[in-house]
Amino acid sequence: MDAVFKALADPSRRKLLDELRKENGQTLSELCEHLEMTRQAVTKHLVLLETASLIAVVWRGREKLHYLNPMPLHEIYELWIGKYERHRLQALSDLKRGLEQTKTKTPKRK
Amino acid sequence: MKKDQFVYVTYIRTTPEKLWKALIEPEFTRQFWCNTTQESEWKPGASWKILMPDGGVADSGEVIEVEPHRRLVLKWRNEFRPELKAEGYSRLTYQLESEGKSVKLTVIHEMEKEGSKFIEAVSNGWPHILASLKSLLETGESLEETREWPREACK
Repeated sequence: MDAVFKALADPSRRKLLDELRKENGQTLSELCEHLEMTRQAVTKHLVLLETASLIAVVWRGREKLHYLNPMPLHEIYELWIGKYERHRLQALSDLKRGLEQTKTKTPKRK
Repeated sequence: MKKDQFVYVTYIRTTPEKLWKALIEPEFTRQFWCNTTQESEWKPGASWKILMPDGGVADSGEVIEVEPHRRLVLKWRNEFRPELKAEGYSRLTYQLESEGKSVKLTVIHEMEKEGSKFIEAVSNGWPHILASLKSLLETGESLEETREWPREACK
């Protein structure tokens, strides 16, 4: 679990996860296109994410495809967020989203 | 052609033999997979089904590859939601690899189609089912939310 938190502590690595969220199963080259990092830096981050099991790798011929693996986050969620809290948190998160959307849609007064 | 695919990897403190049994045998699947059971002769070409507790067929397909305690590949189609059934067959691969005192379980669910509603639906269910499977094998208890049909995790 330490590996998961360590991997998540870096904004570049979270950006990589976001990229895979948008499109799962990308190659290293595809990932590099969206990021302002050297290929070496991306490779280094991917290794850490893979070690933490936040990314799963599948080979398709000679291509190495990277997939977002939700399992470690799911395990953390199961560990600290019980089944009763889940509904309350969902309600709060819906409320937050609802209010923030209203705010952006309403033109500024004054 | 682009396809829709999800890959899940989880490490479970167990043996490949126990994990294999848990994935296919009714006394295990009932506990972590929404009270469902599977029916198959587990040979290449054999038919395969997931049955709901009332005996209705939830999903069906065929065994493509079987290598006990290591690898199982299934042809898999939803049978109880017409809009998902219409998308046809997906492919499911379980891969079991011993790593120290754990087994690395890789689950790949894929469909030769972009924007598959079926893949979207199973991608919501799998993490719950797999977390529950892990809990069952490691602690003897599955997660409560995955014990009954129908539940969000199994839709």
